Amino acid sequence: MGYHMSLSIRLTINGLKREIALDDPRVTLLDLLRERLHLTGTKKGCDRGQCGACTVLVDGRRINSCLSLAASLDGAEITTIEGLADGEDLHPVQAAFIAHDGFQCGYCTPGQIMSAVGLISEGNAGDDPERIRELMSGNICRCGAYQGITEAVLEAQKDLAERNRRDAA
Amino acid sequence: MPLETTSPLPQHRRHGSSAGQPLTRRDGVLKVTGRATYAADNHPDGMLYAVTAVSSIARGRVTALDVEAAKAHPGVVEVLTPANRPPLAHDPDEKMPPFGFRVEVLQDDTVRYVNQPIAIVIAETPEAATEGAALLNPQYEVEPARTGRESGERFDPEVIGIGAPARTAHGDIEAGFAAAVRVTEADYVTPPQYHNAMEPHAVVAQWDGDRVTLDMPNQALALSCASHAAYFGIPAENVLIRSPFLGGGFGSKAILNGPQILAILAARMLDRPVKLALTRAQMYGPVGHRGRTWQKLRLGMDEEGRLTALHHQALCTTSSFDEFLEPAANASLPLYASPAILAEHEGLRLDVGTPGPMRAPGLASGSAALEVAMDEAAEACGMDPLDFRLANYAETEPTTGKPFSSKALRECYAEGAKRFGWSGRPHEPRTMRDESGFLVGWGMGTAVFHCPHFPAEARATLRADGTALVETAGADMGQGAWTALAQIAAEALGLDPDQVELNSGISSLPDGGIAGGSGHTASAGLALHNAGEDAIARLAELATTDPASPLFGAGNIGVVARAGRLHRRDDENRSESYAEILARAGRSDVVGTAKAARDPAVASAHAMYSHGAVFAEVKVDPDLGQIRVARLVGAFAAGRVINPRLVRSQYFGGMIWGASFALHEEAIADRRTGRIMNADLAEYHVPVNADVPSLDAILIPEDDPYVNPIGVKGVGEIGITGTVGAIANAVWHATGVRVRRFPVRVEDLIISREFA
Repeated sequence: MGYHMSLSIRLTINGLKREIALDDPRVTLLDLLRERLHLTGTKKGCDRGQCGACTVLVDGRRINSCLSLAASLDGAEITTIEGLADGEDLHPVQAAFIAHDGFQCGYCTPGQIMSAVGLISEGNAGDDPERIRELMSGNICRCGAYQGITEAVLEAQKDLAERNRRDAA
Repeated sequence: MPLETTSPLPQHRRHGSSAGQPLTRRDGVLKVTGRATYAADNHPDGMLYAVTAVSSIARGRVTALDVEAAKAHPGVVEVLTPANRPPLAHDPDEKMPPFGFRVEVLQDDTVRYVNQPIAIVIAETPEAATEGAALLNPQYEVEPARTGRESGERFDPEVIGIGAPARTAHGDIEAGFAAAVRVTEADYVTPPQYHNAMEPHAVVAQWDGDRVTLDMPNQALALSCASHAAYFGIPAENVLIRSPFLGGGFGSKAILNGPQILAILAARMLDRPVKLALTRAQMYGPVGHRGRTWQKLRLGMDEEGRLTALHHQALCTTSSFDEFLEPAANASLPLYASPAILAEHEGLRLDVGTPGPMRAPGLASGSAALEVAMDEAAEACGMDPLDFRLANYAETEPTTGKPFSSKALRECYAEGAKRFGWSGRPHEPRTMRDESGFLVGWGMGTAVFHCPHFPAEARATLRADGTALVETAGADMGQGAWTALAQIAAEALGLDPDQVELNSGISSLPDGGIAGGSGHTASAGLALHNAGEDAIARLAELATTDPASPLFGAGNIGVVARAGRLHRRDDENRSESYAEILARAGRSDVVGTAKAARDPAVASAHAMYSHGAVFAEVKVDPDLGQIRVARLVGAFAAGRVINPRLVRSQYFGGMIWGASFALHEEAIADRRTGRIMNADLAEYHVPVNADVPSLDAILIPEDDPYVNPIGVKGVGEIGITGTVGAIANAVWHATGVRVRRFPVRVEDLIISREFA
């Protein structure tokens, strides 16, 4: 198996602390999630950082997990699509994607959603569709569900801002 | 987004039906939570990983592979090359009926195109398999690559597309041109394009004796079972394909390919499950593409701008060893009335992977050229492009004279033009600017697509609790089949969709036909509709022959199924629930089955198409030539709409593909080596969100009594047609530059005299 190395790293994945013995230094975060931990919600579309299907949050930042070596992430906190909903309660971005038909085949969807969550928490989305289109352009949707994606991000952004206001009050 | 239509949708066939309503996707929660399982998400115990090594030359022979180096890498289990590849029961150099292609599965050391599999490495981890494949260090005997019109071998094809005649003639074309007062003629070029579904082709293969289970995205389950069975020398029923979700298909997952067959072979050889997923770069070769075309269009018009002759020629590329020729010139057959129409195709063999059907095969490329040619002809006649198309409106199918089963194209033109604001369009190009000084142009095109119908089967089971299970081996690659098919079945069963469980996407179910040709909702839908009606008829039989039922004796009068109850047709107050009927009969369920196909008599008497009109606004930077699509408005008539939310998404997707064809997509081969220089998603441009600012799709009501008993036409592909031409025509209108090569590029504009 691999190089018979065992590099131990600690990751917090979707709130769960895990100690992971890496079998190979070449393992990307994406292949760690998908092929070792069987968290297959995160998708591989290009393995080159060009399509965005593998987007996850690392310490709150959206990144392409295919371009990140797992060994370099010791101590990181990772959120994947599996960690977004609160039990059966969907995250507002997830619910908005359904309501606005922001996907067709669904393969780019986990990446789109994680990217949208990152975008909103960066405080960069605002309510300008043009800006959202630009800032969501690292996530390719070959089916062409862009109109619904933009509408979903707009609505979720509004929804989350509302919640924050309520929580602050 | 408001789901508006210009007038009410056609009446639901059954009161209380969910069909016609914009339900959200049934698989929505699975898809937004990451729980939808695609092929490569499977991990059976003991699974190995396979990675194909692919050729980096377009033509020649592999003379050496360093198998020892690959095998010496830790974790590598086996390397398959032509020297040790186990035998197949079907010759891969023979076509697989009915429309399988020749496949490259290490039958010998020849290389016929770039990215052809030349070995497959199987290892314990994906990293080891990838490294092993890299260590093979292939050596080649290279022959010159035939990559273009000059070097390729031309031939007269027997058939084009899938079994269509290469030449179709109607009327006397020379007489038509002789009668013309104006003739326009131009050449158009369309590029090679690759499907690039977001999900790379993948398979997880597990053998159990002479039975195999394949987790594999698949658009044609029954057909694929039979083809795989033939390659592996086992009965078709020994192949189980599970394809609950496809990460896009667009035609490329309907046909078998070499890498997947090799992975399945490796699993049998090693007696362990094997997973293979192509890399993005490896999808530019063995899994089909839209072939390049060179087209010539010659149009003759009379004094009033009516066509007297329409001559469409296409030179279409295929591989050196197999044929799939874009039926591009056939785009001129269904749309515009002309006493003489001639569509002709010629073939060109290149050192490329064999092309295949890609979203709107033939019509996408052909309509791109035809709609620009129509715009040029309108300009030559001094007519508005929409008026010109209306002057050539076909009341019957132009080449056959058959009536259309339905054709609300006039309404599409009218509603689309109104929503877009077309009537204010100045004739002259380069006359509009926006507030920032950008050149603004408006263009339009007509959209059209066939309505094929594939034979399909289905089963509907009414259960003791009054709910139903409906089953057919269909495929949902994003079109929303799971939702629309359940709506159709629920309607036939007189149930709410929530009470109907749909089981699909696995080959052990009744054959759901092919998810392609925009025919899946109609084909699998009709089978489900009929199975539902069969189940209701059987249930009615139980009730009307049971003296204890309030429906006793109503057999001749008939019953109506609604909201989980059967009602006496002539007395709504006499009814009984499904659950009550089954309980009293002591039955746990009642099962209806159906086989459905198109009635050949109806089919031969009618021409069947979906239609539409697309209007585009582009903005062009007057200094840099950069082109942006500012607005797209499409109006489409495609029979009965089962779910307007999903149909609209299909139109949007098609229109974005149209924008992509017009302005973005092109695979570029190095003329010296035949290597595709942009075989990835960074340099092969597909639209991103920022490329698609404003889309509008209008659903024009259309009642079609002939196309099939549920009145459904196809919506998946039509959006591309019309859109390509509309955008190219808008670029001309903005700039005065007529570009006849797709995609339209910045440099096409800025080198032009008209642009400066």
